[in-house]
This record gives sequence, C-alpha cells and structure tokens, in this order.
Amino acid sequence: MSEKYNEIPMAGNIIEPGNATKYKTGGWRAQRPIHTDETCLWVKNGTCGLCWIYCPDNSVKLIEKDGKYIYEFDLEYCKGCGICANQCPTDSIRMENE
Amino acid sequence: MTEPAALKLKDMLKKPEILTSGHRMCAGCAAPTIVKLMGMALRGPTIVCEVTGCLEVATTIYPYTAWKLPWIHVAFENAAAVASGVIEAVDVMREKGRWSKEHVDVIAIGGDGGTFDIGFGAISGMLERGHDIVYMCYDNGAYQNTGIQRSGGTFPGQETTTSWAGKVSPGKEQRKKPLAEIVAAHRTPYVATVNPYHHRDFITKFRKALEVEGPAFIHAFSPCPRGWRSQTGKSMELAKLAMEVGLHPLYEIFNGTEYKMSGPSRRLKELRPLDDYWKTQGQFKHLFKPEWADFKKSLQEQVNDDWEILKKKCGIE
Amino acid sequence: MTAVKRIPKDQIAIEGLTGDAAIAHALKQCDLDVLAAYPITPQTIIVEDYQKFAANGEVHCRVIPVESEHSAMSACIGASAVGARVATASASAGLALMWEILYCAASMRMPIIFTVANRALSGPINIHNDWSDTYGARDSGFIQIYTQSCQEAYDTTIMAFKIAEDHKVLLPIMVCIDGFILSHNVERVEMLPTKAVENFLGVREPFIKLDPDNPITMGPLALTDYYFEFKEQQERAMEAVPEVFAQVETDFEKMTGRRYGMFEEYRTDDAEIIIFTHSTPGGTAKATVDVLREKGEKVGVLRLRMFRPFPTKEIVEVVKNAKAVIVFEKCRSFGAPSNPLALELRTALYDLEKRPMVVDFVIGLGGRDCPPTTIVEGYEKTKEYLKKGKAPLYETMGVRK
Ligand SMILES: Cc1ncc(C[n+]2csc(CCOP(=O)(O)OP(=O)(O)O)c2C)c(N)n1
Ligand code: SF4
Ligand code: SF4
Ligand code: SF4
Ligand SMILES: [Mg+2]
Repeated sequence: MSEKYNEIPMAGNIIEPGNATKYKTGGWRAQRPIHTDETCLWVKNGTCGLCWIYCPDNSVKLIEKDGKYIYEFDLEYCKGCGICANQCPTDSIRMENE
Repeated sequence: MTEPAALKLKDMLKKPEILTSGHRMCAGCAAPTIVKLMGMALRGPTIVCEVTGCLEVATTIYPYTAWKLPWIHVAFENAAAVASGVIEAVDVMREKGRWSKEHVDVIAIGGDGGTFDIGFGAISGMLERGHDIVYMCYDNGAYQNTGIQRSGGTFPGQETTTSWAGKVSPGKEQRKKPLAEIVAAHRTPYVATVNPYHHRDFITKFRKALEVEGPAFIHAFSPCPRGWRSQTGKSMELAKLAMEVGLHPLYEIFNGTEYKMSGPSRRLKELRPLDDYWKTQGQFKHLFKPEWADFKKSLQEQVNDDWEILKKKCGIE
Repeated sequence: MTAVKRIPKDQIAIEGLTGDAAIAHALKQCDLDVLAAYPITPQTIIVEDYQKFAANGEVHCRVIPVESEHSAMSACIGASAVGARVATASASAGLALMWEILYCAASMRMPIIFTVANRALSGPINIHNDWSDTYGARDSGFIQIYTQSCQEAYDTTIMAFKIAEDHKVLLPIMVCIDGFILSHNVERVEMLPTKAVENFLGVREPFIKLDPDNPITMGPLALTDYYFEFKEQQERAMEAVPEVFAQVETDFEKMTGRRYGMFEEYRTDDAEIIIFTHSTPGGTAKATVDVLREKGEKVGVLRLRMFRPFPTKEIVEVVKNAKAVIVFEKCRSFGAPSNPLALELRTALYDLEKRPMVVDFVIGLGGRDCPPTTIVEGYEKTKEYLKKGKAPLYETMGVRK
C-alpha cells in the first residue's frame, strides 16, 4: 500500500486476474468443516461433489490422483458458512467451533 | 469452437474458475455460487459488465480482484447500457479487422436494486434495441450492499431498513415486481428464472440464454444470510424452499409468449405453505405475531393465485 | 501514421454548414466505431445528420439509439473500454442527466469525444444558449474546448480525437459550440478529404482494454488507501494536455494552415483593457474592439478556447500588464462571490504583485441577446471602475432590475 500514484496501473485497473487469492478469508471463520472420508461419495467413487458445487468460496478441493479420490478443505479461504455440511446428502461433513 | 457447458461433475471440475476465493462476500452468501454456475455455462471468450452492489463491491476491492474474466463496473444503474456499448464496439471492430476473436459473449450482471429499480430504464432500452447480451439479475430481495433497504424486488411482508415491521406496519406491503414477465413482455427471445440449488437447471438455462440471438434475461434467486437474518449454512436450502413455496418458481419464457414450467417447479404436487419459508428468516419473524394473521393469509392467497396463473400460462392444468 | 502534408486546395470541399452539421461532418470523417447519443435541442442535428450518414452506409459505425443520455455516456464507456473510437453529443438537461457518468468516463480514462451545443439549464425550461451546462461539469475531469465558428468546431472535433487518444492524456473531451447561435447558424466551412482526416488521426490504439486474452478488472472499489492516487494520475494527465494539444495543432496546421491555440489573442499587445470571454461572444467582442480601436481605445480580446485544463500561466502572461480585464460569461454560480470564468482568472492573477482589475459581467442567460452594445456598455463601466479604482465582484448585464 506504499505505492506512489505512478507506481500503480492507470484508473484503478487491476491487471492481475484473480489476485484476490492473496487475500485470505479463513480468519473470518467461527466454525470449521470436518469431513469424513468413510461415507463421502466423492471419496468412494468420484461422484456427488455437491459441497464443491455449492461452496461460495471455492474452499472444497476435490482431487483425483493416481485413480484415487481425495477430499480436502482449503482453510485459507473457507469462511465456515456450513453450506457444504448442510447440503451433503450423506452427512459426511460436520461443523465444529474454531 | 465453442466450449460445451459443464453439467456433470467431472466436466465442472475441469471448467476454468471465473471467480476466485479471497472475495469478501459474507460467509454463506449465494451470489458467488451463482457466478460459479454461470461460469459452468460459458462457451468461450466472455466480457462481464456489472453494476454497483454487493457482488461488485466485495469481489473487486482494490488492489484485488476475484474475477478472471475481463470485467467492468461503471455505476449502479447502467450495466445494460455499458454492455450495449461493449457488444456493438466488439462487433464493429471485428468487421474492421481490429478484434481478433470470432465471438465474444457479453454478460451484464445486476442486483435486484440495480435491475428492478434504478437500472430498469437502461435494461428496457437494451431489450428494445435487441443487443445480443445476457443480463443476469441476482436477486437478494433488497439493497443489501447499502444496508438492507427495500427494492422493487422485496417481497411483501419482508422487513428491511426502509420497510420496518412496526406496530402499524407488517414490513413491505406492496407486491414484488414481476420482473421476468416484464422483461419477457419486450418479446425478449429468452427469459428464465433460476436458483443456485437447482444447479443443472441453472447451467442449462444460462447456456440457452447465451445461445439465443438477441437479448436474454436470467433472474437468479440469491439468498443473503446477512440481510435475511438466516443461517449461513441454509442458503442453498432457502433457494430451494423459495421455489417450493412459489415465491420464486422456476420457468422459462420464449419470445415473450411461450411459457414453460421447469422440472423442479413442475414436479411440485402443491405449494408448500409460506410459513415454512418465513420461519427460516429473521426478516419475516414479525409475521407470526397475531396482529398480522390476516395480512399473512392475504399473502398466501396472493401467492396461490400467482401460482395458478403461472401454471395456466405454462399450460399446466 | 504517415507524415502530414498540406492538403491542396482542389481537394478541399467548401460548404455552407451549421455548427451542428459541421460537427456531424467532422464525426463522419473520424472513422468512429460507436456513436451513442440521445436527442436534445440544439444538439439534435448532430445526431440526426450522423444517423443519416449511417443509414446511407457512408460511415462504418454502430449508432446506438440509447434511451437516455445517462445510457449514452455509459454505452460510450463500454465501447471505449474495448478499444473503440467513440463519440456522443448532448446539451443542457441531457448533459445534466449524464452527470454521474461524466466523472466515470474521465476517471476511467476513456478518450470519448463529447460535442455539446451549450444550452441553459432548467428551470424554467429554456432551449437557448448559455454556459451553465458545461461550466457545471468543469470539475468532472473532461477537457473542455469552446469554439467560436463552424470551421473551428469542425477542426476542433477532428483534433479532439487525437488529443484524447494520446497515451499521455487519455481523457474525454467536450467540444462546445453555442446553442442556436452557432449550432443553427450557417457558415462557410472548408472540409478536408476524408482520407486526410483518417491519415491524420490513424486508428485508435488503446493503452489498455477489456480483452478475453488479458482479462483485467476495470472500475473496482478503491477506498482511502488508493483512491487519492488515482485522482493524482488524473491531474497529471490534465497537466500533459497543453503539450499534446500543441503538437496536434502543429500537425493540423501543416495540413490546413489553421491553428487556434489554447486561446486567441486579438489586438492585445498594447491593450490597456482586455476583454476575456469565449465562444460566440468572442466574435462579438472582436468586432466591437475594431470599432473601439478606431476611436483610439486601447482594447483587445482574449478569447479562451481551453477552459480545462485552464491555461493559467499563459493567460497571466497576456493580461498581466493590462489595467483591467473584463470578463463576459454566460453563467451564474448562485451564491458564489463571482462566476466560473472570473473565478479562474482571479485565482490565476492573485499571486501577482501588481494585477489588473477584474470586472465580471454575467450576460446572456437563457439566450438573452448579447449585441456589441453589451460589450461597449461593459467597457464603459470598466473605465469608470478604473477611475474609481474599485469594481464590484460581479454584476449582471441585460437583466431587467
Ligand atoms: C446512483 C446511485 N444511487 C445510489 C447508490 C448507492 N448504492 C450502491 S449499491 C446500492 C444497492 C444495491 O442493491 P442491489 O442492486 O439490490 O444489490 P445488492 O447490494 O443487494 O447485491 C445502492 C443503493 C449508488 N451507488 N449510486
Ligand atoms: S464451510 Fe462454507 S466456505 Fe467452508 S468449505 Fe464449506 S461451503 Fe465452503
Ligand atoms: S457433498 Fe458430501 S458426499 Fe458429496 S462430495 Fe461432498 S462431502 Fe462427499
Ligand atoms: S449482504 Fe447479503 S448479498 Fe451482500 S455479501 Fe452479504 S450475504 Fe451476500
Ligand atoms: Mg439486492
């Protein structure tokens, strides 16, 4: 924030797309989602993904690696809204106080 | 060379993200999910023109932007006009050999305030002139960004900071503007109502909106936990519930005349009672006081009527 | 762009054109990509004529017949943001309706050309000339140039694109003519061959644009931590205008033999009293000065063209040795100590140890006629004030009181 007027792009244009990822929103969280692999359909067979679809903060990570399905939260950004937990059809996510 | 819409999870996972994390919408706000679903429908190069409001403010706080698409905001009431300029300029520059892309989709986005109220003249002009633009309204039922003031999209019975519930007032008393139908009355080629819970329906419709020639309009229901005083985790559930009680039925209108009820609404045997919806949100809490029993009843009758009329328009008996 | 050459006489088309038509013809030759405008008297002919060119396929431009002036300026911004060459036209109430978006256009650094037929603001509603509309927008961040003749309006409109689109500037420009007095007055206009105009302007090369290959964000929220720096950038762009303006005029002069400057000096060299005004009163003042000079009066005219940026230093140089400067301006800044043009001049002169007396006359509101007698009356009054050594901060002239 120390840049002078001639050290920033013209007119407020932001020239780096998606640089909001430098701003971490994880600190907003009052609750954190806890995931259980056992019942999760993504982990089981790479289906469902409702939590990923609905998460407003792109904080569910569905990873496919070496034929395996891995599930993670990105707690740097997760705001702890609980949408994922509320929409999970198999109750594989619960919210826990921070 | 258009990319397909992503409707299946595997395809969705591959579709490039258009709005990153690190935006500052409230926890549980449905609007970023709406943008995500819009991204699933895109068919190639796209330019987004947005009006002032929560989504604009909280995704582009300098020096950060959450947008990965070319994006412009000018003011609160003019995205439709800005988008008109964008599409016409791109088309003419292409003709003159100064625009390399074969096709660019132009999307304008506004909140309910920016769409139903202050920006309506610009939208009506855009529709009348017939530019090939998709206008999406994310409707969170009030001017949320400025602190929950009523709009033409606020439901009757809803309490806002300019339609207080008090001893002599049950919150907003007037009807909500039937915006989708007003837009359709311009003989707009394609109009659809959507919500983020029914995500496949959303993506399919958004894609249709992109594909029709001429203007198209998407009316997206967008739960707002802060303004509605609802639980942050319930936003998708409330989107579904609004469909089930008939406050935001899902349908399409083709060329302003041909109505089609969409699957989720069509499959309803009957509407759920409005009470089920109202009790989930602080903004309707006052309706459960005995003095508003009659008012509440009249609202239920209103919704029942609207539903019957809509069914008739859709050819459902 | 190839080198600019003098255009031979036989390639110049000469026509009798109104101010509006002269501007429409200039716009026709500037290879616009988009024109978005809404009708309002006395500007309407600009848009009508241009639409006719479009209807006959004489221009390759998209005309957007917007539903309001607010949308006109908004559509211009959208088009300019993707790199198009863009123009609009308006006046009075239309300009007032654009208000909010004028600031957006300037701060977003969109080189939009906005031709204005100056007209009074409501109420009562009035269609005739004064300068309240564009004077009110003097802080919007637009460059403002006021013209006196149809030829000058034509020439200035063409040059405006080259100034606005220069990467050192990137600011929108208002090119102003007096409503009816010039907009509807037929004068002889020499028009350049279109090829020459195209060659002179070249194609707009956007500094930055909305582009799917390079997806930037334009028009974000900037708060206490950055907003001020963007305003500083805007001011620096304004400061760059005179140099770019002079260069563009030099090129234009090579082609046409005509140049106008940021202002015109008329018989000011030995003038003891200088009349300071612009637009059509500038012409009236010059004619009046000729008569006064014949009677031995040492009087001249400084006809301003560029009101924003205000050529402060240069104007001081011209007037500093005069005994008095008489300002004639068609705007009242209600409640202010004097009025926009005089305020600028007084600020410019304040730091001089010995400064001319400034006498400010508000004239012609709502199109009230300003004949040479108005100028003479102001001149006589000023001589009185000089004798007394004191003048009021401003006075109205031509109103029944
Ligand atoms: C011309 C103008 N009037 C008022 C405002 C203040 N304002 C900014 S956003 C907003 C409300 C936005 O409401 P809506 O369009 O519903 O979007 P939301 O914030 O609810 O998502 C208002 C009133 C403004 N920016 N510009
Ligand atoms: S709690 Fe909310 S933000 Fe966090 S992962 Fe779940 S849906 Fe995303
Ligand atoms: S919603 Fe539940 S079952 Fe589905 S992928 Fe997410 S955690 Fe697994
Ligand atoms: S106020 Fe409502 S709409 Fe705005 S960001 Fe918060 S939850 Fe979303
Ligand atoms: Mg809203």
